[in-house]
Amino acid sequence: MQPFTRLTAIAVPIDLPNVDTDRIIPARFLRRDKDVPEYASFLFHDVRFNADGSEKAEFVLNQRPYRGARIVVAAENFGCGSSREAAVWVLAAYGVRAVIAPSLGDIFHQNCFKNGVLPVILRADVVAGLRAQLHAQPGASLTVDLQSQTVAAPGGASHRFEVDPFRKEMLLAGRDEIGLTLGFETKIREFEARHAREMAWVVPPRAGA
Amino acid sequence: MFEKIWARHVVAEGPGGHVLLYVDRHLLHEGTTAAFTRLARSGRRVRRPDLSFATADHYVRTAPGSPTPDDEIRNMVESLARHTALQGVVYFGVGDARRGIVHVIGPEQGLTVPGITLVCGDSHTATHGAFGALAFGIGSSEVEHVMATQTLWQKRPRTMRITVDGRLAPGVEAKDVILAIIATIGAGGGVGHAIEYAGAAIRAMSMDERMTVCNMSIEGGARAGMIAPDDTTFAYIEGRPFAPRGRARQQALAYWKTLPSDPAAVFDREVQLAADEIAPTVTWGTSPQDALPITARVPDPATVGDAGRRESMARALAYMGLRSGTPLSEIPVNRVFIGSCTNSRLDDLRAAARVVKGRRAVVPAWVVPGSGLIKRAAEQEGLDRIFLEAGFEWREAGCSMCVGMNGETARESERVASTSNRNFEGRQGKGARTHLMSPAMAAAAAVTGRLTDVRTLHA
Repeated sequence: MQPFTRLTAIAVPIDLPNVDTDRIIPARFLRRDKDVPEYASFLFHDVRFNADGSEKAEFVLNQRPYRGARIVVAAENFGCGSSREAAVWVLAAYGVRAVIAPSLGDIFHQNCFKNGVLPVILRADVVAGLRAQLHAQPGASLTVDLQSQTVAAPGGASHRFEVDPFRKEMLLAGRDEIGLTLGFETKIREFEARHAREMAWVVPPRAGA
Repeated sequence: MFEKIWARHVVAEGPGGHVLLYVDRHLLHEGTTAAFTRLARSGRRVRRPDLSFATADHYVRTAPGSPTPDDEIRNMVESLARHTALQGVVYFGVGDARRGIVHVIGPEQGLTVPGITLVCGDSHTATHGAFGALAFGIGSSEVEHVMATQTLWQKRPRTMRITVDGRLAPGVEAKDVILAIIATIGAGGGVGHAIEYAGAAIRAMSMDERMTVCNMSIEGGARAGMIAPDDTTFAYIEGRPFAPRGRARQQALAYWKTLPSDPAAVFDREVQLAADEIAPTVTWGTSPQDALPITARVPDPATVGDAGRRESMARALAYMGLRSGTPLSEIPVNRVFIGSCTNSRLDDLRAAARVVKGRRAVVPAWVVPGSGLIKRAAEQEGLDRIFLEAGFEWREAGCSMCVGMNGETARESERVASTSNRNFEGRQGKGARTHLMSPAMAAAAAVTGRLTDVRTLHA
């Protein structure tokens, strides 16, 4: 996994609350391999493109200053709905490495960490303020620093955010989670032995026969 | 209850309140085949194939008779069959009557039991919480992690209890209860929480109904939703193929009975609803929280104070092609879908059939049973005849038009009365407009061609 340390990049404001993962990537693209070169074009596909493939001018990512955005500043409950990790893959394919919001869909939130994308939760009024700034100064950059847990706004104001120490360490190091967990093999074995004693019924009868 | 199950499954403590949580059941479907591919590429194996079970539901076509998938779909399904065979995982595949929607067949096969942890790469995994299990949806990376380690790093969520006291009025179903709950707490209200549903109205529900309630927890933002196990639960499980039996069942029962929350249990948040105030409910917008009684009118954004909310309401109404003030019961529909992991079980099909019997569908209407076994059971009761005689399509089991991954979608601007779980923009097809409701309400819409208060048909 690509580590995340510090990122200064153009940020795009997305004002709509409850942006669901079907909107981030429509279901018909889920069968596509995430390594195909056009993958980034699936991002927000149906609100970003017309039926003939031309861009919808009103969609924020189609406005010139925001095109190179690598940070999304969203509203409440961004990434709600389906568990599809493709919602994070497609953001990452576009270049997005951080999503700032007052709240995020729980599964989307977890999926971000697995893909080197930093989810940042800030107070609703702070996030609304950032979005207003990004509307007022299209193409402005933010700096997200994971080590110091701060977001620096265009005017220089700094906002501290909380991040789970476990997730922080994993992201800073770009560490493979499965590799880490396999280091707990002894603990897992001990647990399984105890579980088999105390809750033997948990293992279903073979083949349901 | 949540704490009891959580505590029994902690393998190790990690930093910052994270724990390594053991997984008792891992359910797989063909949409999660990519995780198998990555696992194979890394040279790892499924650690506990005996706790992993797979089926094909998301991409399989549901056309009546033998499904004819396109090559891409065939490859996904065959890849799942190959990987499960290699890893020794039980697979309910195409041609097996036990195949069906993963959240329908887990309980049906007796794989879902109280007190266990259960995960699946699908957000509607909370369905299994209806049995007093801790069940939640995970992403593709987490699927691979569970395959390799049978564990997940998890942070303990906050707890919320939603109590629905009193009795439901005639014509009001479990779907109306969960839509009313989501309208109350909001689509993000349960973020970071595990929900426990309690109260007399929940206790009175069958397992099929309880699953409908828990299924849509994620639509209220919560990954997990659960209901304390009781005699209804134990009776449902008894005799199912993969359920504990004999001495194991006795041991299990003794544990299961200890699971309900203690009277003094404290929840981080409490929400109360009165069952008798819940009416048959439909959604008008593009979020499941946009739900109102069928007797209401399309709301007016101008009456809403919050600017963001006003804007998103206006956007939803534009997408849905609705005008403020229109009575919901005057909205015409073009198509009806009865199915999905929310409402495709036998109780659901019975409720719809009661409305349909002796009437005719005036718009295209599909019934997609949740599993091959439900389809068979419904046919034994003659439900298929009722639907077919009324002009409905009686289809094969699968997710179908709930998510449209298999190509079964509604057309642009078509308005669908649907028993599924999401009315998001484009969910049932690009430009398709979804109104969520109960099976009885969807049946009523099919026979009248508009959103209809099912109580007016019963009268």
